[in-house]
Amino acid sequence: MTEPWYVLSGILLAGAITWALRALPFAMLAPIRHSRLLAYLGERMPLGIMLILAVYTVRNVNVTEVSAFVPVLLALTITVVLHLWRSNMTLSVLAGTGIYVLMMSLIAMNL
Amino acid sequence: MTNTRSEILAGWKVVLPVSIGVIPLGLALGVLVAQSGLAWYWALLISLIVFAGSMEFLLVGLFAAAAPLTQIALSAFLVNFRHVFYALTFPLHRVDGIGWKAYSTFTLTDEAYGLTTSKDAQTWSRAKILAIQGGLQIVWILAVVTGALLGGLIPPEIIGIDFAVTALFVVLAIEAYKAMKSLPVVALALLCALVGALISKEHMLLISMGMFAVALTSSYLFANHRRGEDD
Repeated sequence: MTEPWYVLSGILLAGAITWALRALPFAMLAPIRHSRLLAYLGERMPLGIMLILAVYTVRNVNVTEVSAFVPVLLALTITVVLHLWRSNMTLSVLAGTGIYVLMMSLIAMNL
Repeated sequence: MTNTRSEILAGWKVVLPVSIGVIPLGLALGVLVAQSGLAWYWALLISLIVFAGSMEFLLVGLFAAAAPLTQIALSAFLVNFRHVFYALTFPLHRVDGIGWKAYSTFTLTDEAYGLTTSKDAQTWSRAKILAIQGGLQIVWILAVVTGALLGGLIPPEIIGIDFAVTALFVVLAIEAYKAMKSLPVVALALLCALVGALISKEHMLLISMGMFAVALTSSYLFANHRRGEDD
């Protein structure tokens, strides 16, 4: 079972860093407005970081095992196509997840 | 006083349509918390103290993987780095009082920022701005805790709900791509992700995000160097 102190430390740490990133910039508006490096990173980081996170969440999927790989691929395709079509975040996430849960649960019950 | 009341109501009116998108995601996060074996009060603490949607989803996964605190810290920094730029336009000057300013920055989420980017938001009252931020936080916490309580009722035969995190990040990546249409950034990020996963699945996040940040900074410095001193 997960250690309460570990979970609490993680929450406080993530919370403090998030707050610092939101509050401290108000004290240094001029450098942020004028730093071209920050602007360069700020434009590109969200895209890259979200992609890395997406890959991270499927890092343990066995690509040689069809019953593990195919549901991920199908659900991903549905999520992406739906989002490109409707641009509705809730719809894309819930539909992709629903399909994935359905496939994985059915596969697990048959085996 | 009636003026403050009408301002608060005006703020909540702004929050209402956004809630329709926020509530299902909050419920999903709560279900994930329950499924990862954490008690419902952890869902309350996470949504109350971290209050940054994508980081909260990631955090639940990091806890499940027993990720080291250094990895949690770096993830929080890189995932929420975008908030640095919200200070440029968010109407914090309308929020008087150090305590209210503290709360306003604490709850400066993507949604709060998105709802205050309009030009007339620069003249909104403190009551309206705080009602928007407080309203969003209340809606979020209620959704997450409800999800955590309901999550315990889902039979163990139902598996794969954690795909919601993958889908969320993919959708956020598409949204980020709309703002920054750069295929080199996509290629670089996927390469960093792949290399990180090949080196160590356990430390992948640290390696991949570190590589990506270093590569981006290098490419900026290199381009600047080539442009010469006149620039």
